[in-house]
Amino acid sequence: MSNMLEVADLGHSYGDYEAIGGLTFTVRAGELVCVVGPSGCGKSTLLRTISGLIAPSRGDVTLNGSHLAVVFQDYQRSLFPWLTVQGNVEFPLRSLPRAERRSRAAEALAWVGLSAAAKKRPWQLSGGMQQRVAIARALAYRPALLLMDEPFASVDAQTRFELEDLLLRVRREHDTTVLVVTHDIDESVYLGDRILVLSGSPAKLVADLEVPLPAERDQVTTRTDEAFVALRSKVARLLNVGGKPTLDVDKWAAAERESLSETVSS
Amino acid sequence: MRAFTRGLIGIAGFLALWELLGRSPLLPADALPPPSLVFGELVVQLTSPEFISHVVATVLAVLIAIAIAIAIAVPSGLVLGSVPAVRHATRAVIEFLRPIPSVALIPLALVMLGFGPETKITLAVYAALWPILFNTIYALDELDPLLVETSRVFGTGRVGVLFRVALPSALPFVLTGIRLAATTALIVMVSVELMAGSQIGLGFFIMEARSGPGRMDQVLVGTVVAGAIGVLLNSGLERVRKRWVAW
Repeated sequence: MSNMLEVADLGHSYGDYEAIGGLTFTVRAGELVCVVGPSGCGKSTLLRTISGLIAPSRGDVTLNGSHLAVVFQDYQRSLFPWLTVQGNVEFPLRSLPRAERRSRAAEALAWVGLSAAAKKRPWQLSGGMQQRVAIARALAYRPALLLMDEPFASVDAQTRFELEDLLLRVRREHDTTVLVVTHDIDESVYLGDRILVLSGSPAKLVADLEVPLPAERDQVTTRTDEAFVALRSKVARLLNVGGKPTLDVDKWAAAERESLSETVSS
Repeated sequence: MRAFTRGLIGIAGFLALWELLGRSPLLPADALPPPSLVFGELVVQLTSPEFISHVVATVLAVLIAIAIAIAIAVPSGLVLGSVPAVRHATRAVIEFLRPIPSVALIPLALVMLGFGPETKITLAVYAALWPILFNTIYALDELDPLLVETSRVFGTGRVGVLFRVALPSALPFVLTGIRLAATTALIVMVSVELMAGSQIGLGFFIMEARSGPGRMDQVLVGTVVAGAIGVLLNSGLERVRKRWVAW
């Protein structure tokens, strides 16, 4: 499988403060990769450098495609309030002829189940629906890579489950390559084909874990699956949740990376 | 509807106070004609083609002044709000010009532009510029960086961000600025007509009624109509804002 995104020795500092320090990883075409790390570990900086919003201090980001799209956590501030839902979804498609813009927007809204809301304004919709608009907008752009920054952190638990399943369905139906940045361990295991675990600041790659779960996932059965529980515990230990060091993270991670690099290259 | 009823009660109270004051011996006779007389004269004047032409002249001049002020202030505000270098370079000049009362510029405007409508329109434009300009600059300061980042991620360039993101997001503030500017333009317009030897307009009508026959009831008719124009401008623009800018 070809690599859609290649990140090589990516580092970024704000003045003296080093936010991320030398990250190297790849995202394969069609893969859904979750980046999980503690709050304030530089995940947002990582996302902003990958999306090109800021130029990294060092390292390279290579996207094997023409463009990417981003879904931000704060849907309320990311949707344009003066445009209709349809207008928002058409926003990235300005270079296309009007008819094609229309049809692509209608198509993307149908994917997220919002065809009926096309003429509404974003602020007339619930939070979960607004985030679906943001997802539709990103999909309508047909990105080589869909970047998501804590996409479901601002909605209630029920909506969150729905949106997670919607994301899984949409990426399966349209073979989308996705990179989700999250601080939620459960979410990273539930969504991901692979999990990149970051340590605190400056962000460094601690582990690159394959998720040994079937592609079809279910909010009830998957979350009680033994493999799910085991992996969740492993990520939690890597992130040192609870504060007590339970294993030598660096040593463990080095060994893990070595074993995984073989899996990745094969 | 309770707010509406309260408003009516307020107006009735104001008119009653005016009526009492106008008929009281505290003021010289005929100095303040009571509303009962003024509104009688208002009905007479509203059927007079001469009075209507004064009203039309003032309203037209105010509308032209607002349009010119928008055409100057919105683009300037966009430039000043988005290019810090220009803003810093012009700050001292703007802070100097802004507090100058328009009426203080009447002599200068008369010498430069003469006694035609250009003078009063220019002075009204001068006064109306500031609220629009400052509201536009302020709106750009308030522009949500996440909206800008969103549009940049979707491949929008600097100019695109200005027109497709900054301008629409500034619209509510700009419309508020225009509403403030409209009232200011009306005040300056009537003032200049009153003071600068204009030959037509509400201000001229008021001045003529006062200095010629000393008809204070006609003076107050002019004043009441000026106030009514102000209310209509304000509520009309508020309605435009509500219709266009619902968020």
